[in-house]
Amino acid sequence: MSTSVTQFFEGLQSRVLEATAARRLQEKIVIQVGSATCEHAAGSLDVMDEFVKHVKSSGRQDVVLRKTGCTGRCSKEPIVGVTVPGQLPVKYERVNRELVHKIFTSHIQDGAPVVESALDDSLSEIHKSEFVFCAGVRCGLEGENVMMHKFAQKLRDRAPHPETIKVSKVGCFGACSQEDRGKCAYILHRPSKAMYRIHSEQDLDEIIATQVLGGQLVERLLATDQLVSKDFFDMYGDVAFFNRQSRVALRNCGVVDPESLDEYVTYGGFKALGTVLTNRDPQWVINEVLKARLRGRGGGGFPTGKKWQMAFDQKETTRYLICNGDEGDPGAFMDRGMLESDPFNIVEGMIIGAYAIQAQKGFLYIRAEYPLAIKRIQNAIDLSRASGLLGQDIMASGYSFDLEIRLGAGAFVCGEETALIASIEGERGQPGLRPPYPVEKGLWGKPTCINNVETFANISAIINFGGDWFARIGTAESGGTKVFALAGRVKHTGLVEVPLGTTLKDVVFDIGGGVQDDKPLKAVQTGGPAGGFIPAKWLDMEVDFAPLAKAGSIMGSGGMIVLSEEDCIVDIAKFYLSFTTDESCGKCTPCREGTTRMQEILERITIGTAVMGDLDKLERLAQLCQQTSLCGLGRAAPNPILSSLDHFRDEYLEHIIDKRCRSKKCVALIRYVISQELCIGCTVCARNCPVECISGKRKEVHVIDQERCIKCGQCFQVCRFDAVERG
Amino acid sequence: MTEPMIKLTIDGELLEVPAGTTVMKAAEKLGINIPRLCYHPDLSLEGACRVCVVQVEGFNHFIASCSQQVWEGMMVQTNSPQIRQARRDILELLLDNHPKDCQTCERDGNCELQRQAYRLGVRERLFEGKRKQYPQDESSKSVVRNPEKCILCGRCIRVCAEVQGVQNLSQHGRGFNTVVGPANLGPMDESACIQCGQCVAVCPTAAFLEKDHTERVWEALSGAAGKKHLVVHTAPAIRATIGESFGFPLGTPVTGQLVTALRRLGFDAIFDTNFGADLTVIEEGNEFLKRLNGEGPLPLLTSCSPGWINFMEKFYPEMIPLASTCKSPMQMTSTLIKTYYAERKGIDPKDIFVVAIMPCVAKKYEAARPEQLLSQGETVTDAVLTTRELAWMIKSYGIDFANLPEGEYDRPLGVSSGAGDIFGTTGGVMEAALRTVAVKLTGEELGPLVFEAVRGIVGLKEATVSIGGQEINVAVCDGLTHAKKALAYIKSGEKNYHLVEMMACPGGCIMGGGQPYPPFEMDVLDPELAKLRAKALYSVDAHKQLRRSHENPAITKLYEEYIGEPNGEKAHELLHTHYQARMPRGIR
Repeated sequence: MSTSVTQFFEGLQSRVLEATAARRLQEKIVIQVGSATCEHAAGSLDVMDEFVKHVKSSGRQDVVLRKTGCTGRCSKEPIVGVTVPGQLPVKYERVNRELVHKIFTSHIQDGAPVVESALDDSLSEIHKSEFVFCAGVRCGLEGENVMMHKFAQKLRDRAPHPETIKVSKVGCFGACSQEDRGKCAYILHRPSKAMYRIHSEQDLDEIIATQVLGGQLVERLLATDQLVSKDFFDMYGDVAFFNRQSRVALRNCGVVDPESLDEYVTYGGFKALGTVLTNRDPQWVINEVLKARLRGRGGGGFPTGKKWQMAFDQKETTRYLICNGDEGDPGAFMDRGMLESDPFNIVEGMIIGAYAIQAQKGFLYIRAEYPLAIKRIQNAIDLSRASGLLGQDIMASGYSFDLEIRLGAGAFVCGEETALIASIEGERGQPGLRPPYPVEKGLWGKPTCINNVETFANISAIINFGGDWFARIGTAESGGTKVFALAGRVKHTGLVEVPLGTTLKDVVFDIGGGVQDDKPLKAVQTGGPAGGFIPAKWLDMEVDFAPLAKAGSIMGSGGMIVLSEEDCIVDIAKFYLSFTTDESCGKCTPCREGTTRMQEILERITIGTAVMGDLDKLERLAQLCQQTSLCGLGRAAPNPILSSLDHFRDEYLEHIIDKRCRSKKCVALIRYVISQELCIGCTVCARNCPVECISGKRKEVHVIDQERCIKCGQCFQVCRFDAVERG
Repeated sequence: MTEPMIKLTIDGELLEVPAGTTVMKAAEKLGINIPRLCYHPDLSLEGACRVCVVQVEGFNHFIASCSQQVWEGMMVQTNSPQIRQARRDILELLLDNHPKDCQTCERDGNCELQRQAYRLGVRERLFEGKRKQYPQDESSKSVVRNPEKCILCGRCIRVCAEVQGVQNLSQHGRGFNTVVGPANLGPMDESACIQCGQCVAVCPTAAFLEKDHTERVWEALSGAAGKKHLVVHTAPAIRATIGESFGFPLGTPVTGQLVTALRRLGFDAIFDTNFGADLTVIEEGNEFLKRLNGEGPLPLLTSCSPGWINFMEKFYPEMIPLASTCKSPMQMTSTLIKTYYAERKGIDPKDIFVVAIMPCVAKKYEAARPEQLLSQGETVTDAVLTTRELAWMIKSYGIDFANLPEGEYDRPLGVSSGAGDIFGTTGGVMEAALRTVAVKLTGEELGPLVFEAVRGIVGLKEATVSIGGQEINVAVCDGLTHAKKALAYIKSGEKNYHLVEMMACPGGCIMGGGQPYPPFEMDVLDPELAKLRAKALYSVDAHKQLRRSHENPAITKLYEEYIGEPNGEKAHELLHTHYQARMPRGIR
């Protein structure tokens, strides 16, 4: 039986290899255009269209256009990658029709990259090759980047043209084995894609002698094993935003064509499924996941292996597996990113999960607001099924499992397991009582395992590289990486995947580039609307489930919003609470009524009508909601309030006692006054005031009638003499 | 297999309970009643109100005691200061979104929200703010829906779905805007509602109430709109339950006081719906015997319960040919008052005002059914008062019900057999019918009186009765989920019933949607309550001389003087009706 799986997989691989070889991509110029909802919104469809026109009219047969998903570099989209054979790939940012023309004429026709539009300015110098060092973020070996600096020095001393060779570092390739851990470093050479494992300075010398000076690969040092994020770093290793990350779940995002099964297989796809079905031992799969210390990426952090074990141990043999793709947090888009950019990986992860718990049927619950994700997952399901990778007798193993998509109508609470099940069953999406837990009695009363999209995205890597490997990437409690949606007042926004245990500071400053305009950081809000605020003084905190909870926040699905001194903490807390108030399902009293009452109190605080007693009431209600609500949504809803009261109580007091908002965000508390000294009587403010509450004669000092002022800020904006003061 | 025992500590006291016991039930064993609102012992667990939270050692959050099962070594606190404050605050949150009109509310004094608010010590309001505002839905002839008073406990939704199998109600909207109502929040009278009123019975507040008919009765009693001949008749189940409203122990029949109270209120004639029940036995019995002889389809489904008839017309129109065409006892009695009685008294039926005292809210709709009006379009029953409404009128009038002398029903429509009395409980219609059918089939005057197999609060009772060598398969359904089950058997041919008694409410009329709210220590739907009330009816029956409907001399006289043959032409004109499919709006 197991040999038939091996034969099946080998057949699949050779078919794909043949098809890929026939395309002769190595000899062609490959243009990759980002294609995901976010990329489309930024205009990537136009970009693709323009490239098609250019290729057609140029008549060039050696240019291939490809679609790829989204890498998660939000503010720089659309992103286009151009790979000329034998050269380093060049990535362009914010591509539009004009830039397409430039890229085509300059880079493709004339061989001169459009330097000024390269992604994150990585082409400030033109390099012929690059050596990318692992920075040893988790093992500690290369903490000081000693090897990298030595190598750079040696290059300067010995290479004939050191300025054409770039030396850089990435966070972690996730490459070490148990024995090597902390004893070796990895170097990726681009464009040769050679990965070296080095142990000593002599190894560096050998690389310089053989590769830099001799142009040959150092066979002895080649790490032959397939490394999880090699393909990603081969494409994006020179971009600072990416190369400080560790890409496991997102390894294929922005690399593969999300609509091509062949490409997924080329990049190692379905190898893990083949291994699982060859082993024919569900318990082995569960053990690997247990060893990996993989915890649910949906927010709760329940150990995935434990959940699978519980489902596997049920007496009832009809079982279901559900992928929770009801990404409801405003500002979270990692699930969408993975569903749209690497759908086959999610499907493969689900089939493996289903095999582990011996489920016969699975559902992907995806919110209806994600049409592209739905389309691509459906495509992945259809292609997988047509290739014998899903449905009856998967990979000739005798195991059968099929998948179906179910659309969510967009209720935040449907991300809660029991509500999600109710929704699939066609009932109102409301949480039910637990126990019984879904793994005991879930969908239609049968054992049901629900895991998040990102959880499934990690499964194939765990099987391919081993549970121990995965565990080593993270902390003692939680293995692996976590994808965060970094947003807010940070320079670089986007999807960030880092090992669990990375400090907040590294994420915000090292990867995110720090606060916009280099303003002081106030706090980092994690975990979406039900998360809490981590004050700036705790930036050294390691990002993991337990420390976040201890700080009054949650991991949640991985939202990470950077707040600066420009943000009013009360206003932000009010914003988040208004979200949970709207999204409360209405079932239990404390959440339904309590959130509304807290909302009213916060409203009073931000418009200056609150009294000190309101603060006590707010805190009392927040605790009530946390302690007595039925489901996790209600219990977490007051987190923004409780954690902001913990760390920023003085801001609340300012609002209530001084009627002052230091960040000038609470409009009702702002006062506009015209300075007697600075006003020259130009009348511009008076002419622009929509309620005509500014009086004064030409060339005389003007006055704002505070009673009638609606605090729109028009006068403040239009005054050219800075005479309008905002206080 | 007995459950293993679990040891736990509640409020410092060690106790042992079977595994699977909830914390709430375990606390009750210690004599501690944990406050509750959405919990209802005879419905599924909701866990929504959170009033029943307790503190459990090792947990940061509080745990709902209604749903949490005990575990070994569990340490529970039911009355810590934190718990008391949490419960109080939850109760206040409910009150803050509830009209402040207790004094003018119909449920003043028997409202569970009010009672819990007092018990938990909500003496001041801390969190008041905006309050939900919805119009009252008065479209239904029977049930009034007032979402402003709703506390979203979900009992109505559960009783409608789990006990009645109707599923007319559900929650709409989200969060603060959540509201309970029928599909698409359309009007109740266009919905799938079968008007049984069980939502009214289980509602802890006044979010569901019966349509008020007291005003029109007060007006008729006052004679303000022209003096009319005021006739009232009381359903079998009323005598067993109205005493509860005046301090009588549960299950005390108070027929005599009831009659006297009605006379004090000013009615000119006081009749007994039992008369109509006896008449139903004759008509339905004959119909059954005919069908048993091959003249018409079997099984015969009884037709006394208007909730059931509504259910059939809306959900099982294909079963209409099986249903008895007999009007209900209420409508038979009222029809005879406006025809037979009117003619004998020489009163123009237009000058008669008929009030029926019913345990039922669906009767309010039945009285208005267009196919049951008199030839000139007048209603035969002009007002239907629920037991609750009548009790309130008696109190409002100031009548000292408990100390009234016992009166007697007027003749001729006040004469009835014990068979009529037991119509008020599940199995009673069947037993009454069998008493007469047995005599008719065997020709023996003294057939069996008591049919144990059809007694009891079971849900779906089945029996095979051997009469005169003939095996008769009977089924008795109370609660429409049980009716659904029986109908499925009939449809599939799995069971070969001959006669099926259908009652919409679980327990029958004694547990109807218009019955008094039970005392606070008991729950609506409690089978014990049904047993006590049923016992009252069986004892009335047992103490009567007349036990069989066909022995009722007033009935015999009625046929001789007025109707002629059972199931004859006149009988069909006056005592029978017809049904039609009535799909809720939007369903074809």
